Amino acid sequence: MRNKLEEAKNIMKVAVKEDTTAFAKEIQRKCGQDVLTCYQCRKCTMGCPMAFRMETKVNELMRAIQLGLRDEVLSADTMWWCVSCETCATRCPQGIEIVEVMDVLRETAIKEDYYIPVESIEAFHKVFLRSVEAYGRLYEMGFAMDLNLMLKDPLKDADLGPVMMAKGKLKLRPHKVKDLKSVKKLFENVRKLEESRV
Amino acid sequence: MKYAYYPGCSLESSAKEYDLSIRACCQYAGVDLIEVPDWICCGASSAHATSHLLSIALPAKTLVQTEKMGLHQIIAPCIACLTRLKVADMEMEEHGDLKKDVETVLESTYKGSVRVRNILDVFLNDVGLEKIEKTVTTPLTGLKVACYYGCLLTRPPHIAQFDDVENPHSMDDLMRAIGAETVDWSFKTDCCGVSMSLAETDVALELTNKVLEGARDAGADCVAVACPLCQSNLDLRQKAIGNKFGVFYDMPILYFSQLMGLAFGATTTDVGLEKVIVNPFPVLGAI
Ligand code: SF4
Ligand code: SF4
Repeated sequence: MRNKLEEAKNIMKVAVKEDTTAFAKEIQRKCGQDVLTCYQCRKCTMGCPMAFRMETKVNELMRAIQLGLRDEVLSADTMWWCVSCETCATRCPQGIEIVEVMDVLRETAIKEDYYIPVESIEAFHKVFLRSVEAYGRLYEMGFAMDLNLMLKDPLKDADLGPVMMAKGKLKLRPHKVKDLKSVKKLFENVRKLEESRV
Repeated sequence: MKYAYYPGCSLESSAKEYDLSIRACCQYAGVDLIEVPDWICCGASSAHATSHLLSIALPAKTLVQTEKMGLHQIIAPCIACLTRLKVADMEMEEHGDLKKDVETVLESTYKGSVRVRNILDVFLNDVGLEKIEKTVTTPLTGLKVACYYGCLLTRPPHIAQFDDVENPHSMDDLMRAIGAETVDWSFKTDCCGVSMSLAETDVALELTNKVLEGARDAGADCVAVACPLCQSNLDLRQKAIGNKFGVFYDMPILYFSQLMGLAFGATTTDVGLEKVIVNPFPVLGAI
């Protein structure tokens, strides 16, 4: 009995610790979304097309944020499986723009070097932006090939290449924008400004 | 009617037929498109997953260019580009400090005078169904179309501000105006999983399979789409779906603008019909 009481007290401590809401407030500061208003109706998870792959479901992630479990949340797989389809945000009765929360979590996890459980997705974003920075536009074929190399699966989708080629859907060379300088500048300026804020 | 035109990266290669057919339809409908000179990529989902500032700055550059062209409306046929341009415009309007940051990054100012327009909206509300009906020379009578809207055409509603969020009908209205029949089905706004298509193909196949199954069960001859990402994901991997799930759908996935162009009298080459992977000629045969 005594043990049970102690246990309950400990649980209470987690729930009411002064800085419990600090993480939710950090998220609110970064994107304006108040996760503390989530009341666990689970509508988000029910409509999520990616729920079947998520170890931590969307509503569980929201709860963990409310409980201030910062490390657990930032190393969760949820935001890496999320495809930003906006179904959850559209249906949330509390009007939480869940995708904005996902974006903050992805951005923060990358910046703070958290382990990213779905490696391929991180690679996808990296290779994509590398192409945009280099040419000003996405070079689709180069992007697909770079991504396969990064995922150590160079022949992935190799059968699709000739099909697309025959249909005139693949460009063999990237289109570089004329004013590449301003693109490089844009990327550099973003990095500079973000670094100055850390 | 003059609009700035932002094709976006896909329309330059994998979705060339979307570009061709949009341009053809606009010509028939009297919509003037002026391509934004030397436009750059909007950053799509990768920018917003990694840096908020970058995700606003990339599309903001296009908005600034549009102002410099002296135009106040911009059309982006790709729904992903459309959403990024809209988000950039709205967020800069709402958050003065963000706008300042973006202007510092771009080293130019944005007055905020550009309206970002969805191409379906332009055809429906600027051109109008009446004019569209009048422009039709070859009605697509007897063709059963499943209109697929995907994620971002209607979501999130405060950004898209377009159509009914759970049961949209704008594309159905357009398809009926050109003489086609549209089917009722439950997958209009389900996600096709395209952002997983390259990195986690198996996951994408699960979602794509459901959409194609829904279209088939509703008795559709083809699926009409308005997004290059939906199109390539649904069209390109039907063989892989067949191998994985044992069902070969052979379901042509066409841009709504390809069908509209044909109804307006454009040739199949004008609308890039030969570029679609699952052969659409059999179901269009009678037309
Ligand atoms: S839909 Fe909204 S309120 Fe309901 S569980 Fe999800 S986040 Fe919470
Ligand atoms: S936006 Fe992400 S979390 Fe929300 S329903 Fe879509 S995939 Fe799931």
